[in-house]
Amino acid sequence: MRLTTCLLVAFCLLPLPSLAQEAARIVAENRAQIEKPSRQTIGPLIAELVGSNDPMADDILSAWADKRLVIRKSDSAMFVAVAEGDGFALIALDGTPAGTAAKAELTELKPNAGVRGLIATALVQFTLSDPDPRKRQAALTSIAQDPTAEALEPLRAAIASEEDAGLKAQKVRLERLLTLRFDPSSQARVAAIDSFGSDLGLDLRAALNPLVATTRIASSTPPEGNIARELRLGSDIPEDEAYVLLVAASLAPARLTLEDQRAALLANLKDGMVAGVPVAELNTQAARDRAYTALEASGAVPVAATDDEAKAALKAAKFYEVYVEPDPAVTEAAEEALTRIGTKVGIMQTADLGLDALSLASIYFLAAIGLAITFGVMGVINMAHGEFITIGAYTGYVVQLYVPDYTLSILVALPLAFAITFAAGVALERLVIRHLYKRPLETLLATFGISIALQQILKNVFGTQARPLTSPAWLDGALVINDVVSISYIRIAIFVLALIFLAFFLYLMKRTRLGLEVRAVTQNPAMAASMGIDPDRINMLTFGLGSGIAGIAGVAIGLFAKVTSELGTDYIVQSFMTVVVGGVGSIWGTLSGAVMIGSFQKVIEFFNPSNTLAAQTYMILFIILFIQFRPRGIIALRGRAAGD
Amino acid sequence: MTHPRHRSALIFLASLAIFTIAVTIAAQFGLVSTSFVKTLGKTLCLCLAALAMDLIWGYAGILSLGHMAFFALGGYMVGMWLMYARTEEIVIASMSNGGLPATPEEISQGIATQIFGVVGASDLPAIWSFANSLPLQLALVVAVPGLLALIFGWLAFRSRVTGVYLSILTQAMTLALALYLFQNDSGLRGNNGLSGLQNLPGVTAGQDAVSLWFFWASAAALALTYVGLHAIVSGKFGSVIRAIRDDEARVRFLGYSVEGYKLFVFTLTAVICAFAGALYYPQAGIINPAELAPIASIYLAVWVAVGGRGRLYGAVIGAALVSLLSSWFTGGRVPSVDLGIGTINWVDWWLVLLGLTFVCVTLFSPKGIGGLFDRFAGVHAPDRKGAPLGPDDGSLQEKEAQE
Repeated sequence: MRLTTCLLVAFCLLPLPSLAQEAARIVAENRAQIEKPSRQTIGPLIAELVGSNDPMADDILSAWADKRLVIRKSDSAMFVAVAEGDGFALIALDGTPAGTAAKAELTELKPNAGVRGLIATALVQFTLSDPDPRKRQAALTSIAQDPTAEALEPLRAAIASEEDAGLKAQKVRLERLLTLRFDPSSQARVAAIDSFGSDLGLDLRAALNPLVATTRIASSTPPEGNIARELRLGSDIPEDEAYVLLVAASLAPARLTLEDQRAALLANLKDGMVAGVPVAELNTQAARDRAYTALEASGAVPVAATDDEAKAALKAAKFYEVYVEPDPAVTEAAEEALTRIGTKVGIMQTADLGLDALSLASIYFLAAIGLAITFGVMGVINMAHGEFITIGAYTGYVVQLYVPDYTLSILVALPLAFAITFAAGVALERLVIRHLYKRPLETLLATFGISIALQQILKNVFGTQARPLTSPAWLDGALVINDVVSISYIRIAIFVLALIFLAFFLYLMKRTRLGLEVRAVTQNPAMAASMGIDPDRINMLTFGLGSGIAGIAGVAIGLFAKVTSELGTDYIVQSFMTVVVGGVGSIWGTLSGAVMIGSFQKVIEFFNPSNTLAAQTYMILFIILFIQFRPRGIIALRGRAAGD
Repeated sequence: MTHPRHRSALIFLASLAIFTIAVTIAAQFGLVSTSFVKTLGKTLCLCLAALAMDLIWGYAGILSLGHMAFFALGGYMVGMWLMYARTEEIVIASMSNGGLPATPEEISQGIATQIFGVVGASDLPAIWSFANSLPLQLALVVAVPGLLALIFGWLAFRSRVTGVYLSILTQAMTLALALYLFQNDSGLRGNNGLSGLQNLPGVTAGQDAVSLWFFWASAAALALTYVGLHAIVSGKFGSVIRAIRDDEARVRFLGYSVEGYKLFVFTLTAVICAFAGALYYPQAGIINPAELAPIASIYLAVWVAVGGRGRLYGAVIGAALVSLLSSWFTGGRVPSVDLGIGTINWVDWWLVLLGLTFVCVTLFSPKGIGGLFDRFAGVHAPDRKGAPLGPDDGSLQEKEAQE
């Protein structure tokens, strides 16, 4: 409070010379000390300068720390120097400009590192209370990034004067984070730790983790300090590591490594013999050991610990884990807090994993829903389905070349992708697949031929490098719920798109004339034809529809995946798996297949985060096994709808 | 007088013998380059794999899209020994300069560092335990793919997975295997694969001689396998598997163990593929997980379809023709075609041509190239009024059948 008042007064009185000369007066009175400062004695002087309320104090201190506080050789007057051209612009200590000077005319004051540290700490107080909120924010960020004990006091002093609510909250939180690490009082630190409860902030965990850091030592007696636990040999600490600790504590001689042994033998090589053993015989470890023992006996090499001695030394010593932090109350509180946080983080990670799985499931569902129509409903295997997805993604890319507005371009690309892939699908059905109904294996091979041709054409047209398909700005970023749980907007959009498709599919199949006719033709084409339905037309439309949806899915997938000619290939096997696992012919089956495969993959990735390849491998193995138990998928059609 | 049924096999063997002798003579006189001999040797190995594919797809009606996985596994198994033994030579040579003769531990440590340094490991994984022994590793060439096929086939056939489902499942199998091998900690050097396989350990002869040895070995393997498979398919066993292809349910009701037959064919063809791979990769010199990509196995089906499925010589012709054309076109030696609006560079457009040709073969000429021979020999398709030979997905179409 006092500081606020002082600062306010300072601002009001800024033009007045009396205050503006306060700093200059202090400097003049302590000239000798400033020219030859010492870390032990300079504290009060810096405090006086800071307390002077003179706006120049800030400049003088920072110039001093930057080695820009200079003495003019001609008259021994002191100035703040600012580099200008070859020389410096000088500012007198009361703030008035004082002309320029060449470097040779000046003597710079060079305070040592300790003094500069004190000055920097003092300056923090200025920036933390700077009238510009951005400067205050920057100061807070820099303290948060590099917390030091010295920042604690200025930070505490700067809290009361803070007017911005957001900055004030940050200051309070930072103050507690610094307190729990640097406060001299053990109780204050424990209280600060406990005040966070099970807060999920990364900054809190970053502050707590150093408190529970430990080192391992070997000792024959219980060591001084804050012991975390005693390590049992073998289970807690491997013998090799334990022996290294013994050597470090000078409790045992170093063991002989194979390289050292080799070097020692080579060094004692004389006339093709080492200690009486011919070199040619040294091609086994046993022979080398014998030669070395002989060398030891002759005193040519230092005595190395044998295995028995090493075992005995290990048995005699005890191994401890000791906290770096000496205060047991603090480490205990920190361990407790970390356990609390760990539990909550675990729960949140599960929630985050659920969101991830859901989003992956909606991607698989989106890629597979077109197949659910062509393969699931019509029974046509279309290996070129992946290329339809790719075509959709490239359509989005081409549209963005002509329509620079990303939102508008996506709105144009979606129906356009549908139209193009619908047409491609109809052409494929008319030209190829129509002749191969009832011959699924031939359909598979023929559409595969189409697939390699299409993929190569796309590669020839668009090149092999990935093309950008940029999402609109409002899809950037993520919905952050806390430091653990977040989901990007684009994944939410894909989830919504998947839901829309699901609703559209259900509506189309169950509520429209077309859906009725499609179901009729797939169940019994002859009977449907005799009822006046044209099976050719229905097959053509259905296939076109499935392909068109693949195109739309392609635009959506292209928004987050790399658009290359191999985009579709990455999804085709998974899509078929989704349909087969879910149960051919049922959209709910495809949905549950996508959810199952998506969650399964995410769970495996969670256990082995570095390795998505392994996740995919295990997922496919799992699917192969799953089909053993439910050959017709999760939701198996029964009766006539099953088609056989 | 031989039975007319065996005539095609004799003609095939005679052509193969003439071809082998011709290539050998041409190579001796320097008319063909070493690399071309290697290409021909590799092509013979691919023909061998296509023979296996024809047995399982053309005769047993199982469209497996994963047989190249067995091919590559065979290559990996033999590659492990080649790489190990070759590295051992190098390591021993380099260590003998160090002053002391190397101990066995140092040698194996040196080999491990040399082979696995590239994936940041320095220990030999357990799967390399047998790599120091050629006979054991050769046994693994048969055992590993055979066992994998046995387990996979048993799982798939016992739950009556047939038709396209089986195709997709086999495709998933090879994809899973490829993804697994792509990992650096799979123990097979991740996507670096195994390399330097063309250098036979302990052999001082030049690559021109080695390439001919492999060429002869490949030709011999192809001839032997052809004879063996020909004996199988022209006997009673062949009749049963063709019957399974056309109407599985009827064969089952006749009392045959359909699953047993399928499993046998699946495993046998896997082993043949593995054997072909073991001959192929020492000639190719390098193997990596991309060889297991699903597309490789689909090419195998394409070769058989182009040659004409259900006849052994068709598979060989299809594989030889398509793979040689493919290396010719992608080798950049085919002149580009100027269309006025743009040039067709065959390196870029060959796959388009292949894909479309393949569609046309499937649509218009199910017999493939084999159909030409039928026309020549006066063999006609039966008149079944457009009906295929049986109700199953893999059954021959009317046009594919021979009377």
